[in-house]
Amino acid sequence: MSSLPLAVPRRRRRSVRHTLDVRVSPYAYVAPFFLLFCAFGLFPLIYTAWVSLHDWTLLSDEHTFVGAKNFGTLLADGYFWNATFNTLSIGVLSTAPQLLLAIWLAHLLNRRLRFQTLFRVSLLLPNVTSVVAVVVIFSQLFGRDFGVINWVLSWFGAGSVDWAAGTASSHIALSVMIMWRWTGYNALIFLAAMQAVPRELYEAATLDGASNFTQLRRITIPMIRPTIIFVVIVSTIGAMQIIAEPLLFGASSGAGGGAASGGPDRQYQTLALFVYEQGFTKFDFGYASAASWLMFLAVVLVAGVNFLITRRVKGGLV
Amino acid sequence: MPPRIRRLAVPLLTASLIAMATAACGSGGGGGGGGASDTAAKPGEKIKLTVGLFGDFGFKPLYEEYKKTHPNIEIAEAVTQFNDHHNNLVKRLATNAGAADIEAVEVGYISTFTAQPTKFHDLKQFGLDKRQSDYLDWKWQQGLGKQGGQLLGLGTDVGGLAMCYRKDLFEKAGLPTDRTKVAALWPTWEQYIETGKKFATANVAGAKFVDSPGEIFRAMVNQAPTGLYDPQDNIIVGSNPAVKQAWDLSNQLTSEKLTAKLAAFSPPWNTGFAKGAFATIICPAWMTGYIQEQAKDASGKWDIATVPGGSGNSGGSHLMIPKQSKHPKEAAELIDFLTSKENQAKVFKEEGTFPSIPALYDDPSIQNFTKPFFGDAPIGKIYSEAAKALKPQHLGPKEAEVRVVIGDGLGRVEQGKQTPDEAWAQVLEDVKKIK
Repeated sequence: MSSLPLAVPRRRRRSVRHTLDVRVSPYAYVAPFFLLFCAFGLFPLIYTAWVSLHDWTLLSDEHTFVGAKNFGTLLADGYFWNATFNTLSIGVLSTAPQLLLAIWLAHLLNRRLRFQTLFRVSLLLPNVTSVVAVVVIFSQLFGRDFGVINWVLSWFGAGSVDWAAGTASSHIALSVMIMWRWTGYNALIFLAAMQAVPRELYEAATLDGASNFTQLRRITIPMIRPTIIFVVIVSTIGAMQIIAEPLLFGASSGAGGGAASGGPDRQYQTLALFVYEQGFTKFDFGYASAASWLMFLAVVLVAGVNFLITRRVKGGLV
Repeated sequence: MPPRIRRLAVPLLTASLIAMATAACGSGGGGGGGGASDTAAKPGEKIKLTVGLFGDFGFKPLYEEYKKTHPNIEIAEAVTQFNDHHNNLVKRLATNAGAADIEAVEVGYISTFTAQPTKFHDLKQFGLDKRQSDYLDWKWQQGLGKQGGQLLGLGTDVGGLAMCYRKDLFEKAGLPTDRTKVAALWPTWEQYIETGKKFATANVAGAKFVDSPGEIFRAMVNQAPTGLYDPQDNIIVGSNPAVKQAWDLSNQLTSEKLTAKLAAFSPPWNTGFAKGAFATIICPAWMTGYIQEQAKDASGKWDIATVPGGSGNSGGSHLMIPKQSKHPKEAAELIDFLTSKENQAKVFKEEGTFPSIPALYDDPSIQNFTKPFFGDAPIGKIYSEAAKALKPQHLGPKEAEVRVVIGDGLGRVEQGKQTPDEAWAQVLEDVKKIK
């Protein structure tokens, strides 16, 4: 079978196959992600931009091109800005205490403890609970007439708070739900980072008489700075996209209002909920698409600002 | 090949190869689906019909009955929440996938869907226009296509109005409890509010006069000759004096502190039934089934009187067959069965939803029908009278959306966020934005 004249091409062929393998295979390995990303990330992003330039409703098959009209209307829409304010307010109210609490919890767990695994697992439990269950239960806790929280407050002589009705009170209620779900999760990430901090630093600090809190502030936080930046960015993006909590809170709190208006006064309608209201209850896809694009830009902006701030602040501590 | 091009070509080639591979898989699956869709009811073959509803329509015993005479039919019911149900239906029609074979549509949304006749099967092609003589004329008309007059939906129930009240709470407040005497308290809505004030001064612990103004507002508007829309489908919220009057009266309930501030269909509202948090509630026929469900322990405490301000309709539904249904003929037969005279009477006796077939209204089995839960109130008689006196009202395509906007306004007043005038101004602004 094998004769000399054939041997050379075959060897060349093998080397071609080899180069092909070396050069092509890596792309093939990463391709599934990029294909899925194109289908479910990039394509919708671009298509949404296209839709946002049209008068596009689900109820009709005609889509007229209107240019930037949707964006113009949006910037003049008080409800859009109201939703932006609510998003930022709920975002700050939930993220800031959540991260402080998470660092503190991680710090507490970052030492030799009995039942260590038990504590760490239980941190994650609220996160694996379904968001629906969390919101339904918290809505009952925050109930006006028969809620546990108002009952506890009444021991201190406080009158009953209509949590869902007020702007500030509803933001607090929603922030508590968000914190409940995410504090433990973030604490675990911090904990993982903290365990990479060399023990000697703490031993040396202890010898120098540094208190527990000083050690946290002077050693731990500077050492886990990259993780803090990561968590801040991810939490910020998450906070900007809050939708399930206010949507379900509206449905289960009895405050009234349309399914997606976030209370009759839109007191807790977030940006994502605003987009949902326009797109999926009013079927105005053009307008909803424009709103999602502005929301996307807002997320990028806020995440960017946060990145700069976190880098600056922690940098000063080192 | 110059190196630069080659550097680009390799990943591109890989990507396109993989894309082709996935496309091949995709079309393979699609081909299979295409084959399955090709089911023109062969004899002896099992056919599965899906029915999409919001809430319990009381159809379940009827399915069992139907299956006995139609052994090849299987029926699956999918129940979603009111708003979600209708919003999902819009999405499923637009994407042309996912709709059930039979979809229920409430009267607040019926015009939204009859404005899209191409998305539904014309039931005339299955001979269902023979049913016209059975129906209340206006109920029949509501199911017709906006352009072309296709028969798109067949009516199930109508929501003739009455007022339900808690006898025990009325007694505590020193008000009469007998249903004719109670009805005599409130021939008009103004007198209803006066009764409410009397109830409030009696200070019954833990109970308000009414759940919330939202459903009362809806009832008052429905009693007027024209409501939120004029016959040309223009929204006339701002110019119709009947709407403004209903708004003012509803807010009076709030300002007199007569409401329990429990938004209809919310979980706290459900709890309110069980706890007896309100003494009266506007009671379209279908509400009686709801009360019975929510206030299980309150049997005998509720009773029914006539509604203030004359008759009106609130709620009621149609059954429609989306174009995407693969078994429209079988679905049409099932609709015919579910909405038949006998079965509408059966559903009424079980669930309280009232028939849209006038021949039943004088039928002794309906006329003499009473319910122990409501203190043996003659609900058959009460709702027959209500349905007979009904004057139909024109409903526009965005009826439900306009109602939400006004409901939010009433809510803002109820929560003390705005004065009625401020809230009204905002309602008018919001209504303008509805396209």
